[in-house]
Amino acid sequence: MIHSLFLVNSSGDIFLEKHWKSVVSRSVCDYFFEAQERASEPENVPPVIPTPHHYLISVLRHRIYFVAVIQSEVPPLFVIEFLHRVVDTFQDYFGLCTEAAIKDNVVVVYELLEEMLDNGFPLATESNILKELIKPPTILRTVVNTITGSTNVGEQLPTGQLSVVPWRRTGVKYTNNEAYFDVVEEIDAIIDKSGSTITAEIQGVIDACVKLTGMPDLTLSFMNPRLLDDVSFHPCVRFKRWEAERILSFIPPDGNFRLLSYHVSSQNLVAIPVYVKHNITFREGSSQGRFELTLGPKQTMGKAVESVLVSSQLPRGVLNANLNASQGTYTFDPVTKLLTWDVGKINPQKLPSLKGSMSLQAGASKPDENPTIIIQFKIQQMAISGLKVNRLDMYGEKYKPFKGIKYMTKAGKFQRISCLKDNVVWKTLQPIPALISKDSSVVSGLMFAQPVRHSQ
Amino acid sequence: MSSGSGFGDEKGGSSSVGEPEYGHDPASGGIFSSDYKRHDDLKEMLDSNKDSLKLEAMKRIVAMIARGKNASDLFPAVVKNVACKNIEVKKLVYVYLVRYAEEQQDLALLSISTFQRGLKDPNQLIRASALRVLSSIRVTIIVPIMMLAIKEAASDMSPYVRKTAAHAIPKLYSLDPEQKDQLIEVIEKLLADKTTLVAGSVVMAFEEVCPERIDLIHKNYRKLCNLLIDVEEWGQVVIINMLTRYARTQFLNPNVNESLLEESGEKAFYGSDDEEGKEEKAEAAALAKRKPYVMDPDHRLLLRNTKPLLQSRNAAVVMAVAQLYFHLAPKAEVGVIAKALVRLMRSHSEVQYVVLQNVATMTIKRRGMFEPYLKSFYIRSTDPTQIKILKLEVLTNLANETNISTILREFQTYIKSMDKDFVAATIQAIGRCATNIGEVRDTCLNGLVQLLSNRDELVVAESVVVIKKLLQMQPEQHSDIIKHMAKLTDNIQVPMARASILWLIGEYCEHVPKIAPDVLRKMAKTFTNEEDIVKLQIINLAAKLYLTNSKQTKLLTQYVLNLAKYDQNYDIRDRARFIRQLIVPTDKSGALSKYAKKLFLALKPAPVLESPFKDRDHFQLGSLSHLLNAKAGGYQELPDWPETAPDPSVRNVEVKDSVPEWTKCSSREKRKEKKVEKPFYSDSEEESGPTESADSGNQSNQCWLSFHVLSKQNYTRVFLTRICCLIKQSLLSGAEEKNRAQKVKGRRSGSESESEEEEESESESSRSESESESESESDTDAKKKKKAPVTKPPPKQAKKESKKEKKEMSLLDLDDLIYRSFKILPSVTLHSFPQLSRLHLLKSPLLTTSCPTIAPSGSVKTYELLHRITGEGLGVEYCFSRQPFSPDAHMVAVQIMFTNNTNAETKNLHVEDPKLQSGMRIKEFPEIELLPPGEMVTVVMGIDFCDSTQAANFQLCTHIRKFFVSIQPPVGELMMPVFMTENEFKKEQGQLMGMNEISEKLTLGEKCQNEHGIVQRVTSAANVSRVPCGSDKECRFAGKTVSSGILVLVTVATKEERAAQLTVNCEKMVIGTMLVKDILQALTQ
Repeated sequence: MIHSLFLVNSSGDIFLEKHWKSVVSRSVCDYFFEAQERASEPENVPPVIPTPHHYLISVLRHRIYFVAVIQSEVPPLFVIEFLHRVVDTFQDYFGLCTEAAIKDNVVVVYELLEEMLDNGFPLATESNILKELIKPPTILRTVVNTITGSTNVGEQLPTGQLSVVPWRRTGVKYTNNEAYFDVVEEIDAIIDKSGSTITAEIQGVIDACVKLTGMPDLTLSFMNPRLLDDVSFHPCVRFKRWEAERILSFIPPDGNFRLLSYHVSSQNLVAIPVYVKHNITFREGSSQGRFELTLGPKQTMGKAVESVLVSSQLPRGVLNANLNASQGTYTFDPVTKLLTWDVGKINPQKLPSLKGSMSLQAGASKPDENPTIIIQFKIQQMAISGLKVNRLDMYGEKYKPFKGIKYMTKAGKFQRISCLKDNVVWKTLQPIPALISKDSSVVSGLMFAQPVRHSQ
Repeated sequence: MSSGSGFGDEKGGSSSVGEPEYGHDPASGGIFSSDYKRHDDLKEMLDSNKDSLKLEAMKRIVAMIARGKNASDLFPAVVKNVACKNIEVKKLVYVYLVRYAEEQQDLALLSISTFQRGLKDPNQLIRASALRVLSSIRVTIIVPIMMLAIKEAASDMSPYVRKTAAHAIPKLYSLDPEQKDQLIEVIEKLLADKTTLVAGSVVMAFEEVCPERIDLIHKNYRKLCNLLIDVEEWGQVVIINMLTRYARTQFLNPNVNESLLEESGEKAFYGSDDEEGKEEKAEAAALAKRKPYVMDPDHRLLLRNTKPLLQSRNAAVVMAVAQLYFHLAPKAEVGVIAKALVRLMRSHSEVQYVVLQNVATMTIKRRGMFEPYLKSFYIRSTDPTQIKILKLEVLTNLANETNISTILREFQTYIKSMDKDFVAATIQAIGRCATNIGEVRDTCLNGLVQLLSNRDELVVAESVVVIKKLLQMQPEQHSDIIKHMAKLTDNIQVPMARASILWLIGEYCEHVPKIAPDVLRKMAKTFTNEEDIVKLQIINLAAKLYLTNSKQTKLLTQYVLNLAKYDQNYDIRDRARFIRQLIVPTDKSGALSKYAKKLFLALKPAPVLESPFKDRDHFQLGSLSHLLNAKAGGYQELPDWPETAPDPSVRNVEVKDSVPEWTKCSSREKRKEKKVEKPFYSDSEEESGPTESADSGNQSNQCWLSFHVLSKQNYTRVFLTRICCLIKQSLLSGAEEKNRAQKVKGRRSGSESESEEEEESESESSRSESESESESESDTDAKKKKKAPVTKPPPKQAKKESKKEKKEMSLLDLDDLIYRSFKILPSVTLHSFPQLSRLHLLKSPLLTTSCPTIAPSGSVKTYELLHRITGEGLGVEYCFSRQPFSPDAHMVAVQIMFTNNTNAETKNLHVEDPKLQSGMRIKEFPEIELLPPGEMVTVVMGIDFCDSTQAANFQLCTHIRKFFVSIQPPVGELMMPVFMTENEFKKEQGQLMGMNEISEKLTLGEKCQNEHGIVQRVTSAANVSRVPCGSDKECRFAGKTVSSGILVLVTVATKEERAAQLTVNCEKMVIGTMLVKDILQALTQ
């Protein structure tokens, strides 16, 4: 399946290679570099590139391209998903998955890759099993290793792979038994100029950090499980039980893992917690444009909207922006034309605003693109979908664990607000083409929120 | 220094540690020695005694390998550390070895013996790792060693080692494809493995080595379906993809008559199980097309078992299930995948990219499926361009009359994007919407025309090209637009756009008679500066104008043609020459010029704007080939549905397996029953009242049963299936049955030797009943097996009862048959069968008096308890039903059958005064109040024999007499089956060695030379169950004693000829010895 793997950094150097079958020359990456040159943005490199003898399937994470070399038919998602799993594992081991981290830990990386694939077919990809095979480097262990000459390789042979619950390592022991769950929700919305929602979706995950002794069997129930209409589970979750009773029943892996992720689709009504009023105008023939933007909270159930960050890609014709922020700081990068405004917390009594003028290139015609406004924010103590965990029970072990649940909402990474120009309506056929209207282009923005937190 | 000396030994006894030798090695040239010096320090470290130094050196070497630096010259120094005790050093040496062994084959051989030793290690993980590295060393010379190791590991008792063996298969295959045949054997064996750990890996090996051998899958199909959910995620992907292909070859297209699908369910039910229906079946091939479609239960099984995997966290698994549903599911069910695919769109952009490609293909065939999720495909400004373009594609495919206005509004936003490639794609998308949906064509056209005044030239150019295509559809109405576009020639510079405008004006010059010549005039002026593509269109325009309006344009045309004549591009020169000949009549021009007008001004069909994803679905979705729209190496075509389904019985698994598999359908009829399950279930009970005629009632029961067959535990299924067959035999064809019974009756008076023949004739008759002339051999085999319980009792009884009056025979016989088969069910199941018991009650009122929980199963030997002469007309027989005795699990269930052969009633039958050995207990049957003359009744009692073969003595009392009787169990009846896996078996067996093991050599009897025979004989001699076994030379069985639960393990290993060895492991030596004797006798007969 996967023949070889090359790691390529943003400047186009191959800094690591690994072969699972016979060696493939690194010159095969030339095809990748060609595609990279053609692509305008780093993320526009096609994930699958055919070459005369091989196929290159790549993913881009942390500004590193992971390029897998394939020789014959294989489902591309299989490879892509595996490469992402590799990155997740590296992140899990080294905290960061950067070029430097990989170079520093090249031996561990090599050992990991060796265990994860056998002859190009995935062998052990569960982090619990891998950690039994190869201990993650820690500062303490590094020091000890240098002194004693001992190693990162696990002394005992791994048994996890042989057990009925391959995701959990055996013989787990803790003095403090704790189980924490984070309900994190992200909202993506597209809102038009008039403020009406075009589409809004919630993507939620429940991440768990479970540190429990032995083989605990947990059940987690929700107050309102019907909200979760499209769910994907960690393999530990018993699917039948969920189907029948809407209860999550599972023997958890040890440590951090993603228990489930869910999707509240655009068909449901999603409350939008923030509104934006804006007016961005350019006048024909003038070298000035006006910029006005005000933010306000909406449907936040009294929770504060925090860490608000507004960004907008202004049209290329804008030379500079001279603005006045009522709170926070703004920056405008004249090269990339990116305007960012770090608002901080929204005070409902005194709404934050950003006003001022933009100077345009002299003589240039009025830009006809609409800038999009992207808003990121967090709202504490609120899960935007309304999902609530009811209770967590443990079976199979005698001790009493400490349980904690935290709700968070985060801004989705794709939010944007785009707006329609309201004066262009393609309704009637006009014999002579009308010019695209003279008035200003406008955009409206998007928002998202952050979660709520209670500890039990 | 064990490693050092080990290495020395392998070198063939050279006593000194080898370093100096390398220097003299003739194979290493001057370069080698310089390299040697370069890595001097590393070599020293590797040769040192300290593990920490070795480790440090290995780490540096691995870092070199990772960077792609050549470290091959260190091979000799590294390879001798292969036996190092330190695990990390060892692992890094393995890494090095696998990387460079191919280049240094001779030296690599030195390491082989270490791995061979590892293969024998008691620790399964070490065995596995040795096999893994050994098979990764790509050295042709060790192919035989690898082959041996793989074969051995394939029957290892550790599933982990077997998994590693499966991984090793493709490695060996790529090294030496000539081993294919042998490897297929190993694959076949591993495919039969029942552990989830192995399943994914072996299917992967199957796909790489012999994907064409679809026949290997038959027997494992149901097992794979059932295991699927527990297989690790990567294996799931491979298995699902393989099963998709498999299903395409084995099942019928569920969408073959899509429109009929709704009603056909009912029809199928009524149509297919009356006599006529069966006849139709016989001519299946001819009628297949007309028949309503009924899904094969195996097809359904696959769909049902893959559906939960849509919830997997792994995108590849979700995609695999989605493509399976897309290719295999009935149209109405495909919709379930949409939600899951939309969820994947929130994943990494690479995942989105692949998913969108597949969604784009799906939306062409099944638009309705994704319509509810339209908004999820809206484009965000932060999406990478390639994602945007794919989303656009999906949106365009989804557009229809109802949603087009929303989509167009959205498109309007996109046109203002700063990403110009995306804007161009949007304009094309608008063009496609306009061609596909007539209602919005004018709106779109108008919008596009507005775009012509856009500041961005690329946008304008793209619009021109699209408008040109749209105008071709209805040019008369749009002369305004053409005029407007003509004006654009002054400004627009993009060659493709200019060419498009010129073509338009030329084509529709009649609509713009005044402007066209003017445009040509301007173009003639700039001709020399135009791009080639524009020049060609200028020539075209000139030619067309010349033909329609030669008065105004003759000179212009001449001028243009003259310019073209001297153009640098030969295409243009050619074209000019050709056109001049064609349009300007000269002496030489010949006949063609007459047709010039027809040639140039022919009506041109409007272009069809199609999705690039059209017809991509002939590639299996989710595959690399689909993504690239080109066949990738190793791609297996997705076959078309067969016209008629291949024999479904090939997937039947034989009964011999102790882990019960699906019911064997002994005939096509059985299949039919399963098929109709659905429609029937919907109108359940009412239909099949007990008062209905035997025929129709029977049918409904079959259906009803078959529903349960699917839903119950496996073993129940087996029994239920038998019941179905039994009912059918006994009731459905009542007349035939009577005939048969008469035949039986007739034979009864005959000699015993006829009984075998009788068996045959019976199975024959039942076969013809079930109309399965086309059955395969295995099918017949399976049937014979199943027939066994049915056919065996009658002859036996016949023998015994031959002296009885004949009058009772036929009816009794029949009742008895049904009765027994019903009783096999555990009580719970029976209770859930209201109709069945009702039906049965009708037929056999005797049931009321008997305990409903227990009954004999399978081929049961009957023993005489009381002869009817000594019993003064009361005949009593007993048999061991082999069912758990529910009141007390430690008792053996004994079924007792009373027959009243007198003319008077027998009353108050009961047990009295049991005389038992110490420890033995007895649970009497409830008193039988009345046994009318000529009747028979069956009851069950439990006896705890304390695991001894001592007889249980007691008195059997009637209202007038007492009889002393005794029941002595054969040792084989003192146990009950235990289900265990091969590993458990081996483990248990390992603990029962020495004194507890009794072996005997034997010569197999004529009838039990094959596996079936052995299994049949052993299970009839002792109540044990089969244990799955990797080797076909061995049959294993397990049971435990009923009373004390002591394990009894039986192994029959066959050898050459008819020799075999029987081994029994049991803590109780007495039981063991006796069992050996009994089985020996059974096998040698």
